[in-house]
Amino acid sequence: MDFPKEEFLAPGHRGCAGCGAALVVRLALKQSGKNTVVIAATGCLEVMTTPYPETAWEVPFIHVAFENAGAVASGVERALKAQGKEDVNVIAFGGDGGSVDIGLQSISGAMERGHNLTYICYDNEAYMNTGIQRSGATPWGASTTTSPSGSVSYGEDKPKKNMPMIMAAHGIPYIATASISYPEDFMQKVKKATETKGPAYIHINQPCTTGWGFEPAKTIEIGRLGVETGFWPLYEIENGEFRVTYRPTERKPVVEYLKSQKRFKHLGEDEVEKIQEYVDNQCEELGI
Amino acid sequence: MTKKVMTATAAISNAVRLAKPDVIPVYPITPMTKVAEYIADYVANGELDTEYIRVESEHSAMSAAIGASSTGVRTYTATSSQGLMYMHEVLFAAAGMRAPIVMGDANRSISSPLCIMNDQQDSITQRDAGWMQFYAKDGQEALDLTLTSFKVAENENVLLPAMVCIDGFIITHTNEIVDVPEQEDVDRFLPPYVPKYSYLDPEKPVTVGSMTDSKYYMDARYGVEVAMNKSVKVIEDAFKEFKDIFGREHDLIETYKCEDADIIFIGLGSVCSTVKVLVDEMREKGEKVGMLRVVSYRPFPSEKINEAVKNASKLAVIEKDISFGMGGALYQDLKTTVEGKEIIDFVIGLGGRDITPSTIYEVLERTKNPSKIINWIGIEEDD
Repeated sequence: MDFPKEEFLAPGHRGCAGCGAALVVRLALKQSGKNTVVIAATGCLEVMTTPYPETAWEVPFIHVAFENAGAVASGVERALKAQGKEDVNVIAFGGDGGSVDIGLQSISGAMERGHNLTYICYDNEAYMNTGIQRSGATPWGASTTTSPSGSVSYGEDKPKKNMPMIMAAHGIPYIATASISYPEDFMQKVKKATETKGPAYIHINQPCTTGWGFEPAKTIEIGRLGVETGFWPLYEIENGEFRVTYRPTERKPVVEYLKSQKRFKHLGEDEVEKIQEYVDNQCEELGI
Repeated sequence: MTKKVMTATAAISNAVRLAKPDVIPVYPITPMTKVAEYIADYVANGELDTEYIRVESEHSAMSAAIGASSTGVRTYTATSSQGLMYMHEVLFAAAGMRAPIVMGDANRSISSPLCIMNDQQDSITQRDAGWMQFYAKDGQEALDLTLTSFKVAENENVLLPAMVCIDGFIITHTNEIVDVPEQEDVDRFLPPYVPKYSYLDPEKPVTVGSMTDSKYYMDARYGVEVAMNKSVKVIEDAFKEFKDIFGREHDLIETYKCEDADIIFIGLGSVCSTVKVLVDEMREKGEKVGMLRVVSYRPFPSEKINEAVKNASKLAVIEKDISFGMGGALYQDLKTTVEGKEIIDFVIGLGGRDITPSTIYEVLERTKNPSKIINWIGIEEDD
């Protein structure tokens, strides 16, 4: 696969060392190219890339608020259409909080209306910008600052909200999951998403060094472990047709993924077993 | 020019059709729903070429409007009451991002209790958002102010969003004779919007809606203040041009028999039409009264108001909003800007409570013999 040299997210932004969100954007924009307008929800990405008067964006960029990236993107897409610039790629980025929780209505509206845009949720499984509070995308058992582990708590007590399948229920032409540790797979999906006439949704796993608790050099390794253990499945749904895009030859035990991160360090054997069971069921259901 | 009998929502919709916005995201709400429907009809019948977005909420209507306006196109939406409240957060964003969106608001009361009838609490509560706010007294004025709003909002010295408010049901659902301008005249008054400053274009990438720290935030907010102040002249110029092309005269305030009046009633919107009739009746009975209607609430025409009330001794503010314990917003604004007058506040007509001649006579009596500064008219007050 061709990896264009050109960068559309300039270096020198304020992301943490080892930030996975910056990788999401770099890879996505390498694929979509110069002819792109970006919309972002409030969150780590927007804060670290647009501290006035600096900007890391080499493509047009707009941010308005936390919960409305889907709606802002809808307005941008229609305005471009009115200007006869229908060939411009419209890509919205939102974190899990801005997408799965507070921004869900706005995304749902955008998807249901059939706008020609791609929404990419960079999922780091908690509100990282405000200091690691749980979101609807936080997995069961993860310790966050609002679902902390303690003497009578194993951390988050609800399973992760299944956002890609919520998007699938909208009947949109393209949905995919992705991981920053599988750049070719991700970029292929961005290509399909931006070439899709109509709405497309990509839900990408983005390991967060600060929120998950691992060494900055391990971002890619942790993302890979997520996929190799089956914790984070890679699939796409193209015009209603479901397809697994990467199948580990032999699934690693989920404990390898869990023990690599501080947020799961407190879990005992029983909890690990429960998560393994959850992952096994998920993989069976998806055919991984 | 064609004279037709129509409701104010139809008049506003005609203004929108003639202004030809490129993008109109809208969500229906009583009593403004008809605007969404009329525009839908225009689109369905090929009378208006626009991107009509049937959004899933008012918050998304305003968000999509900001996205569209920031892409450099003319943008319109309409709402009321709870819808406007739901937009609250992004109204501030629209002004701060200097998006010249025009919006119609049918003034309706705010829940709780839930009530769909008229007062002006909804838009008054948004007065600090950085939007220009105009209050029309009837459908004709709403049409004229909608057209003018586009011209002013899009002016490079202003670049602020504008809200045209009309009293829900009292005006939105009233039939009246309206002069609908010809398209060629409107095109002369309001040429296509060409954004002068940055907008979203892959050929010239810019970042809009940045975050900032204390070093720049206040400067950006001051920019809105400067634009609001500059808008006064731009509005006056636009009204002059409007008169030249369409023949109808408008101003930031309307005055009636203020020159020799001792007591001047001051208000916003349609209630002033009632007051105007009563001014004549009261004068026949020997009362030296006048009426001042604030058409442009933001920018607030302080100089014009001071000039108009200079010969009066008392101002009776009649308004359909309340900042609990502190009187209405217009009262507070007048206290800030008008010196040397006795100013008495009257809260009336909340939730559509009838404002009859006897209501205004009671205001007159209480102004002549005041017992307190903030008065609720039409209910039995606790002492």
